[in-house]
Amino acid sequence: MAIRRKLIASLTALVSFVLSGVVQATADLNMRPGVTETSQEAYDLHMMVVWVMTGIAVVVFGLMFYSIIAHRKSNNPKPATWSHSTKVEIVWTAIPFIILIFLTIPAIKLLIKMEDASDPDISIQVTGSQWKWHYKYLDHNVEFYSNLKTPQQEANFDLEKATSNANYLLEVDKELVIPVNKKVRFLVTADDVIHSWWVPELGVKKDAIPGFINETWTSVPKPGTYRGQCTELCGKWHGFMPVVVRAVPQAEFDAWIAQKNDERVAAEKAAAEAAAKSWDLDKLMTLGEEVYNAKCAACHKVDGSGTPPLFPALKGSEIATKAERMDEHIGIVVNGKTGTAMAAFGSQLTDAELAAVITYERNAWGNETGDVVQPADIQAFKAGNQ
Amino acid sequence: MSEQKSVNQNKKLVMRLIAVVGGMFLFAFALVPLYDVFCEITGINGKTRGQALYQAKKIDRERLVTIEFLTNVNRGMPWEFKPTVGSVKVHPGELNEVTFYAKNKSRETVIGQSIPSISPGEGALYLNKTECFCFDQQVLTAGEQIEMPMKFYVDSDIPKDITHLTLSYQLYNVTDAVKSTAGATK
Amino acid sequence: MADHHPTGIKRWLFTTNHKDIGSMYLWFSFIMFLIGGAMAMVIRAELYQPGLQFVEPNFFNSMTTMHGLIMVFGAVMPSMVGLANWLIPMQIGAPDMALPRMNNWSFWILPFAFTLLLSSLFMDGGAPNFGWTFYAPLSTTYGPPSTDFFILGVHMMGISSIMGAINVIVTVFNMRAPGMTLMKMPLFVWTWVITAFLLIMVMPVLAGAVTMMLTDRHFGTDFFNAAGGGDPVMFQHIFWFFGHPEVYIMILPAFGVASEIIAAFARKKLFGYSSMVYATASIALLSFIVWAHHMFTVGMPIAGELFFMIATMLIAVPTGVKVFNWVATMWQGSMTFETPMLFSIAFVILFTIGGFSGVMLAMAPVDFQYHDTYFVVAHFHYVLFPGAIFGTTAAVYYWLPKWTGKMYNEKLGKIHFWWSMIAVNLTFFPMHFSGLAGMPRRIPDYNMMFAAFNQLASIGAFALGLSQLFFLFIIIKAIRSGKKAEDKPWEGATGLEWDALPCPAPYHTFDTPPQVK
Repeated sequence: MAIRRKLIASLTALVSFVLSGVVQATADLNMRPGVTETSQEAYDLHMMVVWVMTGIAVVVFGLMFYSIIAHRKSNNPKPATWSHSTKVEIVWTAIPFIILIFLTIPAIKLLIKMEDASDPDISIQVTGSQWKWHYKYLDHNVEFYSNLKTPQQEANFDLEKATSNANYLLEVDKELVIPVNKKVRFLVTADDVIHSWWVPELGVKKDAIPGFINETWTSVPKPGTYRGQCTELCGKWHGFMPVVVRAVPQAEFDAWIAQKNDERVAAEKAAAEAAAKSWDLDKLMTLGEEVYNAKCAACHKVDGSGTPPLFPALKGSEIATKAERMDEHIGIVVNGKTGTAMAAFGSQLTDAELAAVITYERNAWGNETGDVVQPADIQAFKAGNQ
Repeated sequence: MSEQKSVNQNKKLVMRLIAVVGGMFLFAFALVPLYDVFCEITGINGKTRGQALYQAKKIDRERLVTIEFLTNVNRGMPWEFKPTVGSVKVHPGELNEVTFYAKNKSRETVIGQSIPSISPGEGALYLNKTECFCFDQQVLTAGEQIEMPMKFYVDSDIPKDITHLTLSYQLYNVTDAVKSTAGATK
Repeated sequence: MADHHPTGIKRWLFTTNHKDIGSMYLWFSFIMFLIGGAMAMVIRAELYQPGLQFVEPNFFNSMTTMHGLIMVFGAVMPSMVGLANWLIPMQIGAPDMALPRMNNWSFWILPFAFTLLLSSLFMDGGAPNFGWTFYAPLSTTYGPPSTDFFILGVHMMGISSIMGAINVIVTVFNMRAPGMTLMKMPLFVWTWVITAFLLIMVMPVLAGAVTMMLTDRHFGTDFFNAAGGGDPVMFQHIFWFFGHPEVYIMILPAFGVASEIIAAFARKKLFGYSSMVYATASIALLSFIVWAHHMFTVGMPIAGELFFMIATMLIAVPTGVKVFNWVATMWQGSMTFETPMLFSIAFVILFTIGGFSGVMLAMAPVDFQYHDTYFVVAHFHYVLFPGAIFGTTAAVYYWLPKWTGKMYNEKLGKIHFWWSMIAVNLTFFPMHFSGLAGMPRRIPDYNMMFAAFNQLASIGAFALGLSQLFFLFIIIKAIRSGKKAEDKPWEGATGLEWDALPCPAPYHTFDTPPQVK
């Protein structure tokens, strides 16, 4: 008796252990409910459809498997001869119809809610470009690029080390900061090809289309960091342009905006100082190499050989070696090049960094032109001074 | 059925099917203007309509609609380009004027073309432009700067739930495209 | 005398015989299937674990693009045309296809089209890398130089499928044996006629789309370029106007195959023949008004989203009718489970699972979460692999005795089935989960949280890849040393090809048309 009880107890324990494991596992298997009202309603709708579909599957496949067992030749040697029944056919055309109406109604309601971006508290312009996001706060004088922070993989890639980082490929240098419980409207567009801005936890996904503007919105009730990715194939580094949104209380948000404004003023001052003084070749080359490897090497390769014809070689290229084409060189780096993946770095790097990287490109890998581009030259170029 | 008859029948059917194929190929191209008409009716993508005439309908003094202006300078475009005011609040039905500032910061003459887009898309049905720099291309010589006017009014039929309209201009460098078509026509 | 035919290379180059052309289509599609599959192996090897181990991202994008293009245009579509060539004349009592020389031509375009497409792998800038959907402007302004070869290749395979489709329609309308009325035709013929109409309606639209790409790239037009007043979203509208019917082009003939096989092995007539025909036709018609459900996130007005959501969900009704009819065909039958039947049952079950995720994807507000994630990848692989590919596999096992006069080894066939069944689910089921967890499609590297599912999918994919070589082995073994087939190897099989012809079918059949009662 006691043995039996023990057996039952341990069996129950085992079953509940397995069950809890299943529950735990299914939590990882399913869509994330997210934190916003719309994402949670989308999750509820998703769960509803899953259960409806499971129900249909159980009925249809159940009948089918019953038939497979009961109506096999060994069990049912003489097949029936009927092959038609208008009544039954009408019934099973009508039932799916009714189920679909039942599914459509909540979907319509949610869709109308999701598409209503009116009366926002703040507006942010989101611009996708190959392969980073740019955020511009329309109500504040703040804008910045948001780049992948996970370092580019080198030849001696250490999987263990890389993936021990929980946010591997989902971390950026500058996060998008928004206040909680405010209706934030995103105006989404793109610079080059189509991208798509997605944060699963917010239930927001919108395509960024070059030349056109799309809007969507969110209101995040809970402070936290929410991560997503670009979801529309946008070229070579499509898998490497994450979206990170940090929702903070209003006070913290205000402080952050103030800090961003201070930073901008300080950066302008530093840039002016940097431009005022003259840099020597060595110093420009050191800084230039650093900037080049961080921003340019993903496409033009560390040795400047590129992957022509998509990403032209800089090593030995005319633009980077001929003195009379130096202006063109500066122009491409500062303003980008139409119809190519070459972005405008004028607003992404400081004048000193731009000067350094251009100098580096004109002197590294045997280009040895001896050309020195000073921050002051960049400043003059940008200002359009003739 | 004689052989000759069946060959003729085949020919007839093949001709008809080829006509369908040809028709569908043309239909693909017909989709381009059809799509534009469709966009104009439904406001997909916020494509704005062409030049409108200001018809002094009633001005709705009760309501205010916020119009925000966004500018984006596409890569390879060495211009500065921005609205002189970031946003205006307007009464539906009232004619308004705003200006945009552009400066060519390069050392060459550059031709620019701005492409407008409105969000939400259906708002495009109610925003009417009577004058806009986006109807033409701009040619700016090295260092030249201009202020470009844009006159518009919001239709007083605009639905109540649209409170914000965003008008975005993406500025493209079309110098090469213009030059190459000019070269081709010569 | 009746079986006289030329020999050697000339037989294959100049043949106008529907059986020879059918065989060439089938072998060609199998070769393409292996090439496209090899690319899938590269993709799954790279995704086996996080990090970039084997290929660089641009090549990875080329692999996903070429895998899609080759599987869709090189493997699935030609295999269906191959089946049509072999079976339609025999099933309607015709001596051959109506336009035999065009038939030869439409096949022989294909090897050149795909040589052109595959040669782009060795070009500067790499093969097309913008996905099989080739959205502008990534494929126009930003496409690699090999894009032009891709455009030419698509044109050629488009012409080939249009010619194939015209041939099917003319054959079915003009070449039926006396007494073979339309509503007596086997369901496979019906599904193929409907497919052929879809083909001649939408392949020209695809041709139009790539032509616009070409002129945008080289002749100064601005169809898809915003800077010139064009619209990149319009590309998607045109593409999916082709693309959604294309999905049904790939699956409808497989519906026909399953209908024939299930009825044969249940030893019972197909349930609701006429409603099957009408359901197929309504699926085809509906496929023209649902295209924008692929584009819910591009920023359509809400009225558009609602229309496309509801129209899409409507497709579930005729599709449901088909599934119910298959189950009813099995009901009270006297079933045996030879390899073709096993593949057909798996087809019904797994295709239905793909249908379920299809209904989920149709719901616009939830689709925002699914769109462009691995959930979508799981969905369309469920309808394509266990759908189109299992359908073709079942057809090959079922009609192999008719084609070759030899039987395959039933034991090996069953091993192949269970191997495929397990591998298919192991490959594609976990993709639902990685998609729901938030993994976008077409990425070469991913966060650790997607690792377990990707590893499972990769293991499944390797097993699935290997199972295709096993399939090849079974077929070659059957052809070379298989048991001689009886004239009616399947007890329940019906139709002209089984009732009026021996196994193997002679080189020329129905020179005098049979009488159908």
